[in-house]
Amino acid sequence: MTGESFARQAIFVRNKDANVLPPPVSTRGFVATIRQNLFASAASSLMTIAAFALVAAVLPALLRFLIFDAVWSAPDGELCRATRAGACWAFIARKLPYFTYGSYPLDQRWRVDVMFGLSFVLIAWLLWLGAPARRLAAILFFLIYPILGFVLLHGAPSLGLPIVDTDLWGGIFVSLIVAITGIVISLPLGILLAMGRRSPLPLLAIFSTGFIEFVRGVPMITVLFMANFMLPLFVPENLAPDRLLRPVIGVALFASAYMAEVVRGGLQAIPKGQMEGAEALGLRPWQTMQLIILPQALTHVIPGIVNTFIGLFKDTTLVAAVGIFDFLRTVDSARLDPAWAGPAISATGYAFAAIFYFLFCFGISRYSLFVERRLARKRRR
Amino acid sequence: MLYQAGFLLVLGFLAVTAVINVRANMQARGIPMDFSFWDNTAGFDINQALVPYSALSTYGQAFLVGLLNTLLVAAIGLVLTTIIGFAIGIARLSHNWIVARLAMIYVETLRNVPLLLQLLFWYNAVLKPLPGPRQSLSLPFSIYLNNRGLFIPAPVFASGAEWFALAFVFGLLAAFLFWLFAHKRQVQTGKRLPVGLVTTILIIGMPLAVFFLAWQPLSFSYPELKGFNFMGGWRLLPEFVTLLLGLSLYTAAFIAEIVRAGIEAVPAGQSEAAAALGLPRKLALRYVIVPQALRVIIPPLTSQYLNLIKNSSLAVFIGYPDLVQVFAGTVLNQTGAAVQIICITMAVYLVISLATSFAMNLFNRRMALVER
Repeated sequence: MTGESFARQAIFVRNKDANVLPPPVSTRGFVATIRQNLFASAASSLMTIAAFALVAAVLPALLRFLIFDAVWSAPDGELCRATRAGACWAFIARKLPYFTYGSYPLDQRWRVDVMFGLSFVLIAWLLWLGAPARRLAAILFFLIYPILGFVLLHGAPSLGLPIVDTDLWGGIFVSLIVAITGIVISLPLGILLAMGRRSPLPLLAIFSTGFIEFVRGVPMITVLFMANFMLPLFVPENLAPDRLLRPVIGVALFASAYMAEVVRGGLQAIPKGQMEGAEALGLRPWQTMQLIILPQALTHVIPGIVNTFIGLFKDTTLVAAVGIFDFLRTVDSARLDPAWAGPAISATGYAFAAIFYFLFCFGISRYSLFVERRLARKRRR
Repeated sequence: MLYQAGFLLVLGFLAVTAVINVRANMQARGIPMDFSFWDNTAGFDINQALVPYSALSTYGQAFLVGLLNTLLVAAIGLVLTTIIGFAIGIARLSHNWIVARLAMIYVETLRNVPLLLQLLFWYNAVLKPLPGPRQSLSLPFSIYLNNRGLFIPAPVFASGAEWFALAFVFGLLAAFLFWLFAHKRQVQTGKRLPVGLVTTILIIGMPLAVFFLAWQPLSFSYPELKGFNFMGGWRLLPEFVTLLLGLSLYTAAFIAEIVRAGIEAVPAGQSEAAAALGLPRKLALRYVIVPQALRVIIPPLTSQYLNLIKNSSLAVFIGYPDLVQVFAGTVLNQTGAAVQIICITMAVYLVISLATSFAMNLFNRRMALVER
């Protein structure tokens, strides 16, 4: 293009108004929100339609099964078999005592109720961050409560509580026992292992590291098998541990390896200056650990500890492999009851168990999120 | 020093006591204390065996069958869960509201329900109540699902198939070498070679050409209903399908969260800077976003992979013949050699775990930030 023609083209004198442009597409209001979030592009629109189709296919069927077609009360499985389609909540209602207490003797079940009440009070006390005397709650929970709980549930003839053999224990209360004992043992043990792993004493460090890595490298079920089959061989015959105690030890050892790694993360996050500062003040190593390092480290990793606990709670279902009637196992065995046999019984039982575990785990994870946010706010200040 | 000596003393004392007790207890109960059971006849059948196995085989062969079954379900599960997990993780970040919501519901539901419960649900409430072979659900590609399992078409190789396989391997190798060459050339001269095109020709085009030149040596055997059951094709046991489905879906929920966190960890400034440099979105993703996200993703992803492998031991609850079910279950019950069998089982899982984390560490080192 020569310079001349370029100049001729470039000369431009506007002699009439420019075209009026339409106003920009609204970015506020209902329609705009819908457009932005659901129909931003062709691909997005397609996905929206597919997603709505999925919801339209699944949600009504799910609601019909769980609510509208469900049988809410019936004396036995007859009605559930007749309607076929929906969940049989009557079955759950009838079996709920079994799901809660297992085969614990009827006239002694108040002892389990007391245990439930105690756990609820202590756990609420520990989880409520603004509660008074939380240190006392921790001492009660980690020291007094396990012993008291065992005496209460297993019985002490001298106190007028007949012995109830662990063979009869079952249901939600066994799941809770396994989970709570697991956390009561695994938290202190995990802290010790984490400190051992970072210890300057090579022997201790090697032992701790070896233990942690070994346990983390094998499936929980093999640890349970080991506790069940090998533990009785390790001790003299008359000292063989109870059949419920064995898997509880297995679960606790398993969880403590994971807990140790969480705590180690917290220990590593503490700046070296803290340790040096404590030394400069003349604190002994144990005092430094107890007063300076651990309080900070543990606060850092509360979410990790809670997540480990959620994992531990879900893993308690595996104790069924060594013959313990935990909650899931009671559900799984109740659905085989011929009086209630029907096409929807299995699905009903599993749906109930799923709702129970979901509420528990989801609730704890929300709590951990809340604590995390609170700590983050505190740290920012 | 004193502490360590004391610690060693206590540990040694416990170990010696344990050994003495184990010997005494095993003798008292008549449990074998060596590995002589290894070559004895097993006497039980296994319904899925990748190597020849019958009730006349030995315990050692039963161990091998169980180990291979564990590896099979873990290997396929790892691939499946990676695909599902990445898809859900990316969907969680979608700008499309309902897609992101559905992905979130998926993650929260599956993460908060125990895996064992999910497996029992799939097995007892979904797969077992399916109709028999005559009323099986018919899926696309001649796949059938009924209470006896999943029936899929099986490839049948005629003579000449080895040429096809050879061409494929050769194509892969050649494509890799070409990629190395192109990369080196680009570093030296700044000129780009058409890597994508050449790779496609080498890996897909050439084997296809060989395939047709060799008169299509590959055909499929389709499952067909004959009498009361399906013949032909491959039959996947319901237990296998359950375990694969349950493991992949459960682990995918965790992987999705890892992927989401990884992508969110790349600061927005990175993609803005890439755009400012004039990189199209595709290249920005490939050279800027994904490499940085992968750095965050790989370490926790490794531990999820290990979890999947370890969780495959839940097979024992639904009767899939994996290592734990066959070896630490049936063989242990028959021989009573608890100590040896549990130690071997644990050792096997330790080796698998270590090998997996070693492989992932190699991959991680390639991906990790090269600091000056």
